[in-house]
Amino acid sequence: MEHDQQNKGDVHPILRTVNLSREVGNKKLVDNISLEVFRGAVMAIVGSSGAGKSSFLRLLNRLDEPTNGTVYLQGADYRTILPRKLRERVGMVMQAPYLFPGSVAENIRFGPRQRGEVLADEQIEQLLDRVGLGGYEDRDTNHLSGGEAQRVSLARTLANSPDVLLLDEPTSALDDVAERSVEELLLQIISEENLTCLIVTHDMAQAARLAKQAVLIDSGRLVRVGAVEEIIHA
Amino acid sequence: MLEQIFNNQIILGAVQAAIAAVLALSFMLLARWQEIHLENETIVALLRGLIQIVLVGSVLVLLLQGPDWTSIFILAAMMVAAATIAARRAQGIPGAFRVSFYGITLGSGTVIILMTGLGVIDYRISSLIPVGSMLIANSMNTNGLALDRFRGEVEAHVGQIEAGLSLGAAPTQVVTPFVRTAVRASMIPRIDSLRSLGIVWIPGLMAGMVLAGSDPIYAAIYQFVVIAMIFASSGLTSLISTLLIRRQAFTAAEQLILRPSQE
Repeated sequence: MEHDQQNKGDVHPILRTVNLSREVGNKKLVDNISLEVFRGAVMAIVGSSGAGKSSFLRLLNRLDEPTNGTVYLQGADYRTILPRKLRERVGMVMQAPYLFPGSVAENIRFGPRQRGEVLADEQIEQLLDRVGLGGYEDRDTNHLSGGEAQRVSLARTLANSPDVLLLDEPTSALDDVAERSVEELLLQIISEENLTCLIVTHDMAQAARLAKQAVLIDSGRLVRVGAVEEIIHA
Repeated sequence: MLEQIFNNQIILGAVQAAIAAVLALSFMLLARWQEIHLENETIVALLRGLIQIVLVGSVLVLLLQGPDWTSIFILAAMMVAAATIAARRAQGIPGAFRVSFYGITLGSGTVIILMTGLGVIDYRISSLIPVGSMLIANSMNTNGLALDRFRGEVEAHVGQIEAGLSLGAAPTQVVTPFVRTAVRASMIPRIDSLRSLGIVWIPGLMAGMVLAGSDPIYAAIYQFVVIAMIFASSGLTSLISTLLIRRQAFTAAEQLILRPSQE
């Protein structure tokens, strides 16, 4: 498919879906989506509620299994990659932060610890500084605001240094002030680190604020791909 | 009073069973008044329980006169039946019967073999079957409680589990806290049994031994022995079943199967 043409510096897409589909019962949640995402792309996945945006995103880090088609991560069929290794490389921030009980630092250490790495205190400080939560290391996750918890969730995912970052409605559970603050943080991190990022949002204005490109999904099908302004005003 | 009216023990038993069933049904009506509908389940369970125990009683009369080695087959059949019943508590989890069977067989089987070998349980069929059945039945209950709680915990923490998976964690690791909760919760009745032994509860075995003419102190000690064995076999069952069920909650591609509803 001819998508994501703004990032032609890379010959090969970092992420490529081929006829990706997921059917549950008789319902097609994701229907034959083929898409190429190049390194450094920031792509919003938009569409109405129930259009299949989140279902599509969950297939990208294999939280759900495609019933047809597959995903190639840097040219490799992702079914050949151990799922937990794939999920380290294709990180995901969910709609709700789902922090683990304990301290903020313990949450940040969680991902690297899965592969036997212990993050040093300085690395935790750096990660928390990046999400604007310097000094929060020892805070109990039960005592964080919604915005703070989502920032910790982002830092926790970034601690794995993912190749691709998936964001599933990352601000939908937040109030307006927290939403703007998390958006600003995302913009800053995405631009500083040249992250490849796919953001599911039902909010077209947010898509325009965060992404350069957009994918419109309806009834599980890819309707249109292009510059975010084109998609929004189409 | 009833004993004076009914001289025939079978008729006496039938009348006592009818009175007890009315009591159980009155609870059902009380629950119904509170819009808790247990009617079908209660009636079926009462009828089934009565028929089963009378049939088993009749079969036992024959079996207990057989050679001691037949105990092995009777206990094995009880384990299969227990696993079938316990697996119903884990509907929706693939391999629930297999997990329950391994849990109950290994849990109660280990205790039965060990304690019979040590002479704590009399190897004769008349002793081995009743004591063995108590261990198997309690293992079955604990197994059902453990699997039910495990499923409940997993379904209540789908987000947290998938957050862990998304960070590259192994499925068994992300559900470990829920395994611990399930084992702990399933053992509460067994711990309470031990705590309340003799104070609020004089179990049937002890009462039976006393009625049969055993020394009451020995009967009391042996009752403790049985409760402790039940604790051990139930604990072992709970631990084995929940450790085995951890993997069953996920697909081969490490995706969570147990969810309250699909998408």
